[in-house]
Amino acid sequence: MMLHRLLSGDFPRSRILALALLAIVAALALAPFLFPGARALNVAATICVFVVLVASYDLLLGYTGIVSFAHTMFYGIGAYGIGLTLHSVGPTWGAVFMGLTIALLLSLALALVIGLFSLRVKAIFYAMITLAVASAFAVLASQLSDFTGGEDGRTFGVPELLRPGFRLVEAEVFGTAINGKLITYYLVFFSALALFLLLLRVVNSPFGRVLQAIRENDFRAEALGYRTVVYRTLANCLSAVVATLAGALMALWLRYAGPQTTLSFTIMMDILLIVVIGGMGTLYGAVVGAALFILAQNYLQALMKQGSDALVAVPLLANLLHPDRWLLWLGVLFVLSVYFFPTGIVGKLRNLKRS
Amino acid sequence: MNTEHPVIATEGLTIRFGGHVAVNNVTAEFRPGTLTAIVGPNGAGKTTYFNLISGQLPATSGSVRLYGEDITHLGAAQRTRRGIGRAFQLTNLFPNLTVLENVRMAVQSRAGLGLNLLSLWSDHVETIEKAEHYLHRVALAERRHESASALSHGDKRKLEVAILLALEPDIFMFDEPTAGMSVDEVPVVLELIRHMKEQGDKTILLVEHKMDVVRSLADRIVVLHNGYLVADGDPAEVMNSPIVQEAYLGMGVAEHV
Repeated sequence: MMLHRLLSGDFPRSRILALALLAIVAALALAPFLFPGARALNVAATICVFVVLVASYDLLLGYTGIVSFAHTMFYGIGAYGIGLTLHSVGPTWGAVFMGLTIALLLSLALALVIGLFSLRVKAIFYAMITLAVASAFAVLASQLSDFTGGEDGRTFGVPELLRPGFRLVEAEVFGTAINGKLITYYLVFFSALALFLLLLRVVNSPFGRVLQAIRENDFRAEALGYRTVVYRTLANCLSAVVATLAGALMALWLRYAGPQTTLSFTIMMDILLIVVIGGMGTLYGAVVGAALFILAQNYLQALMKQGSDALVAVPLLANLLHPDRWLLWLGVLFVLSVYFFPTGIVGKLRNLKRS
Repeated sequence: MNTEHPVIATEGLTIRFGGHVAVNNVTAEFRPGTLTAIVGPNGAGKTTYFNLISGQLPATSGSVRLYGEDITHLGAAQRTRRGIGRAFQLTNLFPNLTVLENVRMAVQSRAGLGLNLLSLWSDHVETIEKAEHYLHRVALAERRHESASALSHGDKRKLEVAILLALEPDIFMFDEPTAGMSVDEVPVVLELIRHMKEQGDKTILLVEHKMDVVRSLADRIVVLHNGYLVADGDPAEVMNSPIVQEAYLGMGVAEHV
């Protein structure tokens, strides 16, 4: 019953999916103890942030049927909001909350304005507007280099509690130091979990069902008395706010905000791919998709190196598996997954059960 | 049972598509407890007239008044919320939502719950019960958990009617509710409309091609022809007037009369 309320009655509806989700959540929850090493923990934190980022995008694309290219802009606003404030004010909690507030207000205002101006018109026009605004924003961030640090971005100090040098207790637990890095990780993990559950609640609320109705047939939704522009704009704002929070978490984790990690078009593409691979309009797709994608992005190269070394005697195969070809194989994985799972991994798993 | 204001009235209502005037200067009033059939040959502007009243199309000139208040500037959603309910001629549903969810969307709109972000959709038992009630009325309750796209054409038409009922409007606008239905499905819908009419306080507008349906239900007939209102009045009178005979016969659609 409590699980029902926590998951908003939206269960995985597939045993394999439920097990996969449990495994992912357990692995992320215990990551600092299971996978020692800075790199592994960084991958785990990135997965947490991307789950939220992708889930908030799915609210737009999968549930409301809005194609937006401005999602990384809101993500970037969150990261820069924290980064620039901490950089100029200093590493205090006050600065964190100030940066967060500024970022949230800016995102909300931009989402509202973009929404009201362009969500009444055709979907393709909205996509173009967001692309233009996001590009302008990225250029602005790199041009105002005195303020933003330009292409280099800004590194900054964080409050003492979150610094790697900080020790909560001197003793180690299961061989892991209870330091600021660990605390930051759990801040990221629990914030991500809470935001995900919040989004799950929203898509299963009366409001969420109106969004789905708008995706299905906006003309009819309007005729039933739902002002679609209001609903679309609200979904847009909500999605932007959550993306901003994801960006803020990422900045706190990296202690860095820069164009490559937040504003770049590559990240926008990654988000789109994860939504499609995971399964549009399912939210759980964001969890499975983000975990697979970030893991592949980080470990495919190493895996291929091992394969290539093992097959050094077979000339063609060794060459094909050369670590430099990892992007090729990542591409092949996408094409195959879209071909075999047009409804995404989650959609496929749910259909397996039905047939 | 005339009230001071008609429920809904159009004054000089006109819409132009380029050079074509689809609805031309139509003035009419609709009062509660009356079922008005709007008839006319294909392309006469009946559905366009409906679209102007329910707000799917903006008028080029003229006005629409609801209880005397000018609502010409309002969009479709706002007009629906003020009590103008509309069923569509071409079936217009949420194909991937279930039959029950389709009706619940209407119940929820009526209850003003759409902006509720944090409660659970599945907890709103009252909207489920209400939606099921209206599905019973159109004999679709057994299919409530199927997706709307799985329904036959006739059942989709019935679902369309259930959605309109669930909006609980003051003004019911039916656009050929029985079009494409099989013979044995038609009575269910006609019975519903008759029942609604007998409640006495509803304003019902009906676009209909089948003249036997019009004769059996209508208290009043409005005839549109080439966008003009050419006749308006008591059914027997209107059907026999020379101008109507000519409008229909002139278009070569005598089988409708």
